Amino acid sequence: MAELLGITPQALFGQLLVGLINGSFYAILSLGLAIIFGLLNIINFTHGAQYMMGAFIAWIGFYKLGEWVGNPDLVVNYWWSLLLAPLAVGAFGILIEKTLLKRLYHLDHLYGLLLTFGIALICEGLFRTWFGISGLRYDVPAQLTGGQNLGFMFMPNYRAWVVVASLAVCFVTWFVIERTKLGSYLRAGTENPRLLQAFGINVPLMITLTYGYGVALAAFAGVLAAPIFQVNPLMGSNLIIVVFAVVVIGGMGSIAGAIVTGVGLGLIEGVVKSGVIATVIDKATSGSPIVAQAIYPVKLLFQPEASAVIIFVVMVIVLLVRPAGLFGREK
Amino acid sequence: MDSVAAAVEGSDSELLQVKDLHAWYGESHVLHGIDLVVRRGECVTLLGRNGAGRTTTLRAILGLTGRRTGSIRLNGRETIGLATHRIARLGIGYCPEERGIFASLTTEENLLLPPLIAPGGLSLDEIYQMFPNLLERRSSPGTRLSGGEQQMLAMARILRTGAKLLLLDEITEGLAPVIVQTLGRVIRELKVRGFTIVLVEQNFRFAAPLADRHYVIEHGRVAEVVTHAELGSKMDQLQEILGV
Repeated sequence: MAELLGITPQALFGQLLVGLINGSFYAILSLGLAIIFGLLNIINFTHGAQYMMGAFIAWIGFYKLGEWVGNPDLVVNYWWSLLLAPLAVGAFGILIEKTLLKRLYHLDHLYGLLLTFGIALICEGLFRTWFGISGLRYDVPAQLTGGQNLGFMFMPNYRAWVVVASLAVCFVTWFVIERTKLGSYLRAGTENPRLLQAFGINVPLMITLTYGYGVALAAFAGVLAAPIFQVNPLMGSNLIIVVFAVVVIGGMGSIAGAIVTGVGLGLIEGVVKSGVIATVIDKATSGSPIVAQAIYPVKLLFQPEASAVIIFVVMVIVLLVRPAGLFGREK
Repeated sequence: MDSVAAAVEGSDSELLQVKDLHAWYGESHVLHGIDLVVRRGECVTLLGRNGAGRTTTLRAILGLTGRRTGSIRLNGRETIGLATHRIARLGIGYCPEERGIFASLTTEENLLLPPLIAPGGLSLDEIYQMFPNLLERRSSPGTRLSGGEQQMLAMARILRTGAKLLLLDEITEGLAPVIVQTLGRVIRELKVRGFTIVLVEQNFRFAAPLADRHYVIEHGRVAEVVTHAELGSKMDQLQEILGV
């Protein structure tokens, strides 16, 4: 099998793991975006900055806070950060919603997009001024160092934890929204907020808390990401463009769609990066140079170097075939 | 002393009192000074042509329009400055013209969606007794229901909440005669149970026997008030105004 594919299983599974991890981040970030878009009709371009801020709060808590407050023994460890960073960034989100976003709900999407994009630029600019652009290192928490030998590959404990934690958070969020009374308010509010309010539900409060929660999800992902990627002010803007593509592919506002598409596209990226598809195409066409020539442009898409592009290729195809996205309902 | 008692008595029996209500959608001025009074346990209708301002009157009572001025007292309490959800919590159940069944919720989720706002609402069993179809369809998505079932669901979900004042907008619109009859029975039963009802109706034959009083709305104002007793003598006039 491995011989047939032309690459070692270690390399293939290694790339699949990277894909799964990226997919977990895509899932948790696009989930937040989908919830926010559903209820607020706001395309939250600050999402990447909020993810970055989650990572920075973890980093500051661990390496800087004690020094700043003059008590070197004070260390906010990884586990506390996982709780506190989402709360802090969520509170920041609530402040933004209360003071700025709520003035835009009756206007076109474009205004919300411009505002949140502007806030993202300000946040990234501030963190760049304060901390520079070189990546900052955040150590894997002691409990999660090392890894397991699975026979076919080596699985670092921390990466397994990231996949489990983010998928668990995604599942719980999905469950609350789709299967509970509280979630029925959110679904109803997404469809017809005015009528829901006419039943006596405090919809403005619900909107504020929903934005806070969506943003807190981004910060949670940021803390998870800190030990894997380097912490730097632009880490969010690198990721967010892909995440927007994921949301568009999954279908704007679809909860399950965001999660499934996120993980799925992460894996597709991983498969392409492993080069397995390009190799298979090579082997299949090796007997006939004319076919190989003809199929060459397609093969280019599956070269490892093209892995950064493949998601956008999928996006184009999905938009051509299903403009509302894979799981979206046409309005 | 007597006059004070009478005043208290008076305000006590008036559940809804609307005075000089103006309302706007954006720039357009839709209501031009509506006055109406609904006493506890009464059923009144708002009659009029399409676009006369009947639906807007209901929406304005709940704060669902744009800017509003004037006075809307509910149980003697001024609500003109309150947010929609606070007004609803004072005891209003609203059944909108478009029915407002949520597509992403099942029938039962739709039914259980409005929160309980006061004691004394119908129990789920009583509701299923009143609308047996909803029990059969409880796990279907709300929008898979037929038009009649959707209308029953839109009515049923506000009977649970304990709201004593029901604002019902065009509940018979586009429904088969047999369903309209069922709804007529339901309204009678609700009156017996002490609900206070404001009906917006096109179907005068449906509304006439149910209502204690009819408010004829024209150009965003109350053009005429007709009591149940006057109905016979003013029929011709009504026909002319309503164009039926």
